[in-house]
Amino acid sequence: MTDRALADVRPFVLPVALVTIAEIATRVSGMESYTLAPPSRIAAALFQAGSDGTLVSATLQTLASVITGFAIGAVVGVSLGLVLGLQRPLDLLSELPVEVVRAMPSIALLPVWMVIYGLGYKMEIAVIAFTTVWPNMVMTRAAVRGVTPRLLEVSRVLGLSYLQRIWKIVLPAALPGIFVALRLTLGFSLIIGITIEIIGNPQGLGSALMLAREGMDPGTMLALIVWIGLIGLALNAITATIQHRLFGHIAGYGARS
Amino acid sequence: MSKARVGWYLASLLFGVALILVWKAIVDARLISPVFVPSPEATLRSLVDGLLEGEAAELFRATLMRMIYGWLLASIVGVGLGALVGNSPTARAYLGPTLEALRPLPASAIIPVAIAFFGLSDRMVLAVVAFGALWPMLLSTMHGFQRVEPRLFEVARIYHMSRLEFAWKIALPSALPEILAGARLSLTASLAMAVAGEMLVGVDGVGQWMLNAGRSYRSAEIFAGLALLATIGVGTSILLGAAERKLLRWRQLQR
Repeated sequence: MTDRALADVRPFVLPVALVTIAEIATRVSGMESYTLAPPSRIAAALFQAGSDGTLVSATLQTLASVITGFAIGAVVGVSLGLVLGLQRPLDLLSELPVEVVRAMPSIALLPVWMVIYGLGYKMEIAVIAFTTVWPNMVMTRAAVRGVTPRLLEVSRVLGLSYLQRIWKIVLPAALPGIFVALRLTLGFSLIIGITIEIIGNPQGLGSALMLAREGMDPGTMLALIVWIGLIGLALNAITATIQHRLFGHIAGYGARS
Repeated sequence: MSKARVGWYLASLLFGVALILVWKAIVDARLISPVFVPSPEATLRSLVDGLLEGEAAELFRATLMRMIYGWLLASIVGVGLGALVGNSPTARAYLGPTLEALRPLPASAIIPVAIAFFGLSDRMVLAVVAFGALWPMLLSTMHGFQRVEPRLFEVARIYHMSRLEFAWKIALPSALPEILAGARLSLTASLAMAVAGEMLVGVDGVGQWMLNAGRSYRSAEIFAGLALLATIGVGTSILLGAAERKLLRWRQLQR
């Protein structure tokens, strides 16, 4: 094998080995477990759930909450970040309150919104939105602050109005940094959504996961975990591609992340 | 700290107080039902009552300890494993991609597996906290070791350092900023997972207290719980910041 081929193969050695060992071990021991299943059974369960529609509907429920919550958090967070990034006094003034609110763990907001909205989409969306506002705000603020002063001088020379300056100069210059924040918070949104569903929101993949556990169906349970992992990977890959397409030409765009 | 900085801190504190007054005004004017959002006084009363007469102090301690134990466990395993993988190009080539691929998996997704192994118990919550806190620690340590300045390898060769010596004396200190950044993420994750675990399992803790309050619409207790968790969050973040300044002082001196 050439070095090049070896380099291409190496990342897959460990996963393939683990799957093979798990398969053989469960077969040889003839284990009947409520907690573990051979990879072949996990794959079969994944296929089964995929073909009977349960997986699709649960996935759509989760993604609907995750994406709506993420979008609200992004709009509010980026807007606040723009304001704070442009208005230094306001930024300094809000420092302590923002630190305190940010320190609250995301999941702890579940009871707050549960009292207001009960269980369901609204509550999940609200928790996700409220949590993702802060990282978006902080990172947008940093990105705006990082815009070179020379660009602002250019805008002054061109006689742009305040709004024009934000729209034509600040926003495009800060966009790579803002996009990093959006990527990060999309990942958070999925994590928070799944966690809320596991804790008690009776919908989506998290809830399906807990149902499979209670039904002592380790094949489906592990299949769902694999599926959730794949969704996480897919979201990450999609946003990475968009990031590369949009900002790949800007040298060092990732340095600010 | 400069004088202007202290002035801004005070102004920021006043701004915080003003926000609380706005909150009070909104609740007093019945713009939001007090069933949903309690007034600041009601929150404070619940907090003080809980701490002095109720079990809140005990629950606070339980959540804090759970978070710290999980975080310590994750730190030891994460830094150890991360150093091992990051220090060896071979291990990195074989293990790195798998570890990276597992990163987007929500830590909470392993809760059912943890329940299968440990039951609905305190140990299960601890396992979930540790698992959630492990990834940021592991990956940042790995990257820190990976990004050691190549010239330092030459230095190590000149001094005839063993691999272990190199890891301890050169790679670890130079990876420290990244490890500490990972530790910060990992602290946030461990608090979130501790609260999530408590809510799910119902073991004593602030998370379980808040969820029970939510189920019976005692919103003042929910907000009191939020205040306790924010205290933990801010407190641990300040402590870590102090540790960071102390551990990284040599870097500031360099500049």
